[in-house]
Amino acid sequence: MFKDIEHLVRLAAVIAIALVAFIILRAAVVPHSFGQYGHYRGTAIGEIAARPIAFAGHDTCEACHTEVVDQKKLGKHVVVACEACHGALAKHADDPGSVQPAKLDTAVVCARCHEANAAKPTGFPQVATADHSGGPACDTCHQPHRPKIETEKTEPAKAETGKKTATEGKK
Amino acid sequence: MEITRRRLLMLLPAAAMAWKFVLAGTPEASPNYKLTEHWWSMLIDIPKCIGCGSCVRACAEENDVPESYFRTWIERYHVTDWHIEKPEVESPDGGKQGFPPHADDNGKNFFVPKLCNHCADSPCTQVCPVGATFISPDGVVLVDKSYCLGCRYCIQACPYGCRFLNPKTNTAEKCTLCYHRITKGLTTACCEVCPTGARQLADLKNPKDPIHEFLRTHAVQVLKPHMATGAKVFYNGMDGSVR
Repeated sequence: MFKDIEHLVRLAAVIAIALVAFIILRAAVVPHSFGQYGHYRGTAIGEIAARPIAFAGHDTCEACHTEVVDQKKLGKHVVVACEACHGALAKHADDPGSVQPAKLDTAVVCARCHEANAAKPTGFPQVATADHSGGPACDTCHQPHRPKIETEKTEPAKAETGKKTATEGKK
Repeated sequence: MEITRRRLLMLLPAAAMAWKFVLAGTPEASPNYKLTEHWWSMLIDIPKCIGCGSCVRACAEENDVPESYFRTWIERYHVTDWHIEKPEVESPDGGKQGFPPHADDNGKNFFVPKLCNHCADSPCTQVCPVGATFISPDGVVLVDKSYCLGCRYCIQACPYGCRFLNPKTNTAEKCTLCYHRITKGLTTACCEVCPTGARQLADLKNPKDPIHEFLRTHAVQVLKPHMATGAKVFYNGMDGSVR
């Protein structure tokens, strides 16, 4: 039919080999989940989701520390999650016996939120710590889980004097 | 141990069996989680933010963010009465250690927490040449770090400056909306520790999520709406000077 048909046959063979090589190479190089959901590796989603957590979440804490939950319910700190002050404690939740949370320095922890700053919302309770207590840690007077000092419920005289000496102390 | 021909031949069937699991990647961490039933977003209530930096510290701890890089950060705005177009914005160490008292308390002062907006039409995923960054079916913009080349196109493309190159891995990194937490039914680390509830994770596909009521009853904005990125981090009570 054609003169010199073997040229075309040879060309077709080369193209066919190249095509097969490309298909094999592509199958080997492109991860099998690529394109499962879109132009990316579908299994990457599971890999990212598999990372371990550091913060246990307040629901986990509250399962054991019910007495603290009861305390918090009486005050404004009921909305503050445990790990906001105590730090990431998923390891403690996994193994409460051997991993113990560190004792907090209330002079530092309370000031993070309650140090006065003009940019904070006006309704938020703030103090200039230097003027407010002048040194002693916040938990000398306040109970961090229920911070409001209710004089009628505790011994009134003691709470009152404690407050005064603290205020005079800075002057 | 020396690998002889006999030993290699004996190992081959075992390798062939394992290959299936190698290809399958890491197994799904949360088997009951359905990708198509969520569309994640976040609500930020600016009048509630006290700039304590808890979110920034929690994010760094939860996600192992390198020092002086941030997946979320807090900006303090100071808008003087006579210069509303040019607010003073500062973010010392991302607001990680809080903010020192401002020297000039006149005018308007407020905090704005920032993070990846998890845009529905995100510019960063569109520029990735290798498909290493993507919007997951549940609306979270993620980076496949084993596929990322570190070309930095996405870092330039993000109009919100939310991406950085991790100096250890040399791959692009960003907020994952704590994907490893939200797929397990937890909230993000930043929302977990926010003491005033200024940040709240929201699922737009969940009809019972309080976000719908909030969006209906409040004047809520997104950052840079003119960029048409489809940003899904909603800001309530945002001042006009915020960029």
